[in-house]
This record gives sequence, structure tokens and C-alpha cells, in this order.
Amino acid sequence: MRRSAIPTAGTAATVPGWVVAVAVAGATFVAVPVLVLGGRADWAGLPTLVTTPEALDALGLSLWTAVASTLACVVLGVPLALVLARTWFPGHAVLRAVVLLPLVLPPVVSGLALLATLGRRGPVGAVLEDLGVGVAFTTTAVVVAHTYVSLPFLVLSVEGALRVAGTRGELAAATLGASPSRTFWIVTLPAIGPAVAGGALLAFARSLGEFGATLTFAGSLQGITRTLPIEIYLLRETDPDAAVALSMLLVVAALVVVAVVHSAGGTRGLRAALGRQHA
Amino acid sequence: MRRALRGGGVACFVGVLVGACAASQEGGGRTLDVLAAASVGEVFEQLADEFEAARPGVTVRLSVAGSPDLVAQVVEGAPADVLATADEATMARVTSDPSLGAGTPQAFATNTPALVVATGGAAAAGIGSLADAAAPGVRLVVCSPDVPCGDATARLAAAAGVELHPVSEELKVTDVLAKVTSGEADAGVVYTTDATAALARHPGSVRVVDVPEAAGIVNRYPVTVLEDSPEADLARAFVDLLTGPSGRAALAEAGFGAP
Repeated sequence: MRRSAIPTAGTAATVPGWVVAVAVAGATFVAVPVLVLGGRADWAGLPTLVTTPEALDALGLSLWTAVASTLACVVLGVPLALVLARTWFPGHAVLRAVVLLPLVLPPVVSGLALLATLGRRGPVGAVLEDLGVGVAFTTTAVVVAHTYVSLPFLVLSVEGALRVAGTRGELAAATLGASPSRTFWIVTLPAIGPAVAGGALLAFARSLGEFGATLTFAGSLQGITRTLPIEIYLLRETDPDAAVALSMLLVVAALVVVAVVHSAGGTRGLRAALGRQHA
Repeated sequence: MRRALRGGGVACFVGVLVGACAASQEGGGRTLDVLAAASVGEVFEQLADEFEAARPGVTVRLSVAGSPDLVAQVVEGAPADVLATADEATMARVTSDPSLGAGTPQAFATNTPALVVATGGAAAAGIGSLADAAAPGVRLVVCSPDVPCGDATARLAAAAGVELHPVSEELKVTDVLAKVTSGEADAGVVYTTDATAALARHPGSVRVVDVPEAAGIVNRYPVTVLEDSPEADLARAFVDLLTGPSGRAALAEAGFGAP
């Protein structure tokens, strides 16, 4: 899939009818379950169901850990994307594949890998424990798990944008005598600003929905490690109505993120990166 | 063959895609759908083998999952002839709805809470009672009070007069056990059967600390036949096997108490 293959208005006439039919079936397959779930929600009781102390704790924890992990993704991800887009070295392709790994790994596997490394008996975790800053069962562990699974979204988004933007501005700045750091701050970063914002929003959404890695690595305690998705899974056992109500909260949040990212064109870099990867 | 059908929902969905799902129903044989709580899964596998061996042409299709998942499946109309849950409250959600056609549940096993402690680690080494496990600095992991094992834990703590301060309230008892056997947590409250399995599977990774009050916190496992099913007679025969000498022996070996 090259960039030119991204359809624009007016190409519909060239698509065979049966393709449209399958596409409609595909769209229906995605939309109907969410709509049916929405139909099961007790909308009148929704305000009460989503404002219990447990739900508010979970919502608050989810929001702030998602913000924290998004910031961590930006800090770690932008330099990573810059190195991947602007440099070449032996093992470049391997590094790229490794960075994308959490995107395709089952979250529970990511959680186990984090546990093996940062758990109390892990090589890094044991050192942290000795220093008295162990992350096991803390909110930090939630942020770590979120950052781990969300980072590829930001890296892909920014790397794609960097390749699309090209190096002309950077070369010009260097010719005019700007240092590499100065070039980064005043030329590169402004050029990829929208892609950073778009990637950050996708990373935020991924964090908000994180379940498997968090549960495996961080645990589940109200106000400390029990995020909204874990609260939903737990409520399903005792209060299915409340579980559906909280699910609607996440559905709405997801819709807002997708709408904002899409309207801002923030996924262009991501799509470009994915497109080039498959080309 | 039955082993492959564990968690049969996904297998069947994939099977439909490749047109192979009907294969399990072919040949004029009879199929008995048994839904069993995760904690009795292995015992039920053993009994299902015995049941099939005694009845040529009969296939037991065993679906093993958490009790709330099983109940949700029955409520949503999944094929079910026998339903065995890990607690009476979950079973009540099926028996309280007359349209589901559940018979009168019968207790077939009991389980009691147990305190398991990790081997290794200074905090774990000093634990000799439930009160020790609740002390500051000890990483205690329990089940969430919303799930059956957490309810049993809460009752145990109340009976022992100990206020617990867990660092995590897990959604499943197996998650509690995993956190203790891996050494991530110092101690955890699980069921006696989980402790029995852990000692057998990971010798040396945990030890069991006796909590006298646990004997009074008895969790009963009920089983019922779904009377509307076309295989209700087979289902009753399976329940007879479960509650008879064979079933009793297999359950006792896994650490379950007699009802």
C-alpha cells in the first residue's frame, strides 16, 4: 500500500460492486457490536452508575496514568523516531522491528516481559527494590505498562512524518550555521508538531484502554492500580449494568480521540509509515 | 478430542470459518455439554474420560471457565447439559430464572481458604499467621471482594479478627497464586485446592501457613442438570458419577472437602 493508494473523494466509481458489498459487511461487523452494547446501556441511570467512588477512582487513575504515559511516550518516542528516520547504521531494521514489537505482542505477553524484568526478582526490579524504589504493585507500574504498549504509536506517527517532511529544511539550517540541537528545536520539531500531537493522542487512547499488560504487571487495587478497563472487567461479575455504563464512557472517549486525530490529519504520518513499511 | 475443545467457543468460531465445526457433532454419537468452574476443571477432565470410556459413542464436551463466565454463557443460550460452579451465589443466578430450566443444585465439593507464602524474601520468611501476613511491609495479595474467592477471604479475615492490607486485589484466584509463586508478592489468600496444586506443581516455591479459622469458611460447589436439555438423562448420569465414589476420590485428591 503506497501513499498514492489512499483513496480520495471520487474514486468510488472505480471500485467493483462486490468490493463495496464486502466493505459494508466489514463496517457493519465493527459498528454493530458497539451499537448493541450501547443499546443495552441504562442511559437514564448512567450518571449514577459512572459516579460511584470506585468508578471515579478508576476514571481518575486511568486519565492521569494515560497522561503520564503519553508524556513519557513523547519524551522517549520523538528521539527514537528521529534516529530511525534520519540515520542508518547496522541493525537499523532490527531496532525498528523491536520498537514496534509491543504493537503486535499480546498485551499479556508485554506484561509478563515487564514483570520478568522489573518484577521483584527481575534483573532491574531487584536493583530497584534494594534502592527502595521498587515498582511492583504501584501506580508507577501502571504508567510503565501503558508507556510500553503505547510507544510504537508515537514512534510510527512521528517517523512517518519525518520521512514525509524530508531533510531540506534541516540541511538549510545546517548550511546557515545552526548547530544540530538548534536545528532540532527550531526546524525539525515545529515541522513534525502535528504528527507528535496525533501520535500522542493515539498513545493516550491506547493507554486509556490498556488492560492485559497492566493487570499482569501492576495488579489491581482501587485508586492505586485499578484502571477503568480493569474496573469494567471486575464489575461485569457483580453489576453488569455498571460495567456497560463505564464501557460507554470509554467508547465515547475513543470516538473523540479518533475524530480529533482524523480531522487534524494527525495519522498521516502513521499511515505513511505503515504504508512504506508494507510497500 | 475433548481436550481440544476446552474453551470451545473460540475453537467453534474458528471452526465455522473453515467449515469444520459440524465435525464434532457428526456420526450419530451423543454429546454432553459440561460447563465447569476453572478450579474443578482438571477433576472434570478425569471424570469425563471415565464417563466416555463407560459409554461408547458419547462425547463429553467440557468447557472450563470462571463461574460468572459460565453463568453468562448459560443465560445467553450456550448449549449446556451440566453446570458446575464454584459458589452457590453464582449458581443462584441460573436457578432463579425458571426459563433456563435448571434443576435443584446439589453440593458436590467444598473448599476452604488457605494462606500461601512465598519462599525467599525477608518479609515472607517471618510469616507464621494471617496476622503476620497483614503486617505493614508485607506484600499481601488477595482476590477482589467482588469475586467468590475474595468474599471467602473477607470472611476469613473477619473470623480471625485481622484487618488485611493487600497491595493488590486480583480478579481471579489463579492470579493471586501466580503472584505468590513468582515471588512478586510475599503472601496470598487462595483456596486449599490451589495451595495443593501449587505444592504439587511448583515444589519449593510456596509454603502453606495454617489459619485455624479457615476450617469454618466453607465454600460449597453446586452442580445442576439443565432439565430442558435433550441429554438430561446423560447429564444426570454424569452428576451421579461426580457425586459417587469416583468423583469423591478425584475431588479429595485435588484437595476438595466432602460436601
